[in-house]
Amino acid sequence: MKEGETVAKDGYLPLVMAMFRTGIFTYGGGSAIIPLMRHEVVNRYGWVTDEEYGEIVAVANALPGPIATKLAAYLGYRVKGWPGAVIGVVANILPTCVLMLVLFGALAAIRESRVAQGMIAAVNPVIAVMMGVMAYEFGEKAFKGLGRWFAIGFGALAFVLLVVLDVSPALVVVAYIAYGAFHLRLMRRLHRARQSDKGASA
Amino acid sequence: MTWWHVLVGFLLPNLLGYGGGPAMIPLLQDQAVTNFHWLSNAEFANVLALGNVLPGPIATKMATFIGYQVDGWLGVLIALAATIVPSAVALILLMRLLNRHRQSDAVRGMTAMVQPVIAVLMVALTWEIGKASVMKIGWVQSLIIAALSLWLMQWRKVHPALVIVGAFAYGGIVLPLFH
Repeated sequence: MKEGETVAKDGYLPLVMAMFRTGIFTYGGGSAIIPLMRHEVVNRYGWVTDEEYGEIVAVANALPGPIATKLAAYLGYRVKGWPGAVIGVVANILPTCVLMLVLFGALAAIRESRVAQGMIAAVNPVIAVMMGVMAYEFGEKAFKGLGRWFAIGFGALAFVLLVVLDVSPALVVVAYIAYGAFHLRLMRRLHRARQSDKGASA
Repeated sequence: MTWWHVLVGFLLPNLLGYGGGPAMIPLLQDQAVTNFHWLSNAEFANVLALGNVLPGPIATKMATFIGYQVDGWLGVLIALAATIVPSAVALILLMRLLNRHRQSDAVRGMTAMVQPVIAVLMVALTWEIGKASVMKIGWVQSLIIAALSLWLMQWRKVHPALVIVGAFAYGGIVLPLFH
């Protein structure tokens, strides 16, 4: 499939397939689902735009609870309403929940096996690449949406808060969204003030 | 009244556990081990370790297993609902509100401000997973797998799931030879 080409399908089957795939291929902690889900719902099925997906991830991050089920529920809701939300979550978690009960006795042996350890270890770099690509692309979007200097400034501030000071992502997202509500109005006022300054000096 | 305990025991950690699934683990341990005595500390650690062998969110795997131990299938259902429903409904309602005011300056500003945070969050996650990978399989193999998967996904447009299956195959066949 070429980039930009989407398979615009919104039936239950594509929903189940998308959530099933993201459910069974998410290795490396809950957040590993973020780039996989993006591939399904933005690139493959085109249910939401990339910008909207970023918003959904941000708001989901600001709420408690596991990220995977929140994403599955909301995207299911977008495709088929409340029944879609239920089916999205079930398709996402059912396979691993069943495996957890059925395989539990065998899991200890699986965990000790070198083959299984190797398999899980080799997936890490792939997930890291997907995360890195997403970081780059959302950085690009920030440049477009906010302009170069604001993007760098707010990006650097987010970096200091999240990485250096280890503030909870939920708090940072809420603070940014709260300020965002006033950002455009503030910019307009600044712009007007600057123009009237120019008018006064000329 | 067991079902009520299951509801409370799973509801609290998931409402208070900010920062995704792993953040709720210590809170769930507190409820399951200290408060309700469903299992011992060692058993809890064991379920957690074995749950991590399987893909998917850890919170729902823990809920399934512990819920079943405590109250059978009803326990599974209640533990899963307590884990999933509140935050899922909250996200749906919040996004509906956001979409209703999509044209307003306030929401457009919010949308723009969220992008740099997501970018930085993803950088931090990339760093963490990259670090875990280097610790497990070393620089050389991490970089080779990373470069190969970047090429496959970005330039060849291969589905990420296929790339992951490829990594599984490599990890299962080649990596055991290094130990």
